[in-house]
Amino acid sequence: MLIKRPDDIEASEITEERDYWDRRRFIGATAAAGVALAAAAVPSVLVACNRAASGSERRTSEDDELTPYDDVTSYNNFYEFGTGKDDPKKRAHMLRTRPWTVVVEGEVHRPGTFDIDELWSRFPPEERIYCLRCVEAWSMVIPWLGFPLKDLLGAVEPTSHAKFVEFTTLHDPEQMPGQRRDVLPWPYVEGLRLDEAMHPLTLMAVGLYGEELPNQNGAPIRLIVPWKYGFKSVKSIVRIRLTRTQPATTWNFVLPREYGFYANVNPEVDHPRWSQARERRIGHLFKRPTLPFNGYAEQVAGLYDGMDLGRYY
Amino acid sequence: MTQGQWIRRVVKPAAIVLSLVPAALLLRDTMSGNLGSNPIETLTHRTGLTAITLLVITLTVTPATRLLRLPALVQVRRVLGLLTFCYATLHFLIYLADQTVFAGQGLSLAAVGEDVAKRPYITVGFATFLLLVPLAVTSTKGWVKRLGGARWLRLHQLVYAAAAGAVFHFLWLVKADTRLPAVYGVLVVALLGYRLAVRRRGSRKRTPSAAAAEGSR
Repeated sequence: MLIKRPDDIEASEITEERDYWDRRRFIGATAAAGVALAAAAVPSVLVACNRAASGSERRTSEDDELTPYDDVTSYNNFYEFGTGKDDPKKRAHMLRTRPWTVVVEGEVHRPGTFDIDELWSRFPPEERIYCLRCVEAWSMVIPWLGFPLKDLLGAVEPTSHAKFVEFTTLHDPEQMPGQRRDVLPWPYVEGLRLDEAMHPLTLMAVGLYGEELPNQNGAPIRLIVPWKYGFKSVKSIVRIRLTRTQPATTWNFVLPREYGFYANVNPEVDHPRWSQARERRIGHLFKRPTLPFNGYAEQVAGLYDGMDLGRYY
Repeated sequence: MTQGQWIRRVVKPAAIVLSLVPAALLLRDTMSGNLGSNPIETLTHRTGLTAITLLVITLTVTPATRLLRLPALVQVRRVLGLLTFCYATLHFLIYLADQTVFAGQGLSLAAVGEDVAKRPYITVGFATFLLLVPLAVTSTKGWVKRLGGARWLRLHQLVYAAAAGAVFHFLWLVKADTRLPAVYGVLVVALLGYRLAVRRRGSRKRTPSAAAAEGSR
């Protein structure tokens, strides 16, 4: 089995937490679902999060232990199922994740419609342990299963006009009861610049903790951009469109002063209503400092060279 | 039992016990670790929600005495107001702990001050809490005497500002779903509107000072 490890990140820096090794249990549980083969053969790329650059800020490995499965799957912002944190777990069973297709279109040479099972076999998922920093100043460490978005984009061959990528969540109030009220303009839309989308850290997640994504976590396929606030990581995606212009994204459209298009994790730029300097890791009582780009500055800061991050928040 | 006795012996104890139920549940869930994935957030939200709910209920007492023709019901008002203040204090202390002890940087009251000054919903929340302090302090019979009825009543009209402040505090902190704060907003507008209507009607018939005292109750 090929174990890919980016050389700038050592797997030894990640705590092999009890819960993490417990993942075999979940793999076993998913066997019946027909994804066992894929899950069991997962190559593992361990990407530590919140690695501080300087020695003095360097954390011990316990700081990045995995957030327990129960918290990851019961404390969710997924307004399609309600605005309460516990609504998604209660109501996401209404979502049907098979059959499911993802349309990839727009500025591409080979547009296509991909069946979710086809994506599983064509882009075998690997494990990535990422930090998730919510704009609400809490965070988790989650072992995702997924494939780099750039692999999918490579398959559809973006044209030279493609500058942005727009992602759209399913819009079906029958399955997503939260959409029966206009809390947000539906469907939920998010977007990335093409170079952000092509970055090797940018993941299309199809699972977590070794099993298929639970519905409340954005099944059957979602985006994960670990250096941006969680709301950028759009869930239950049905369409990916490559565009020439910056797409109108949901939170930025609703409250532009509070939620920027870029939404890079930045302790220096506060949300107008609360500080972003610190975060509470779920399961921990004491807050910790938030790191620039959520700890991924070494890998992604170069994407924003020369940009005023206070202005393009 | 007379009406007054019934209210003193049954309604008032019942109101106290009911008002303490949220605290009991909070204590139970804290002891058993059932506060969910983000316990501090849960504690903050639940104490805040209970405080604003009790504030609205307290403001309902005066109109209820008129509408139900139960003047003795006014006896439950003070204790409801004090319990509102207790929950608001808990709510404030949890916020304070979250900003200091649990912030991982030790006690930094300067940081709290900055937070209060910088963020409108915190500013309003803090101001609302401050408004409740003199009301709680002067809630005793002794203070009514010391201040004199009219002045005491005027002071306690601060509760209207506190109610408005609590609603704005709630409204400004939610991200997109304004349903619940809107419900409280409607209730507070209705309760204050009722008093305004009573005062208007009263001022046509009675002397201004009597009307002021009446309307403020």
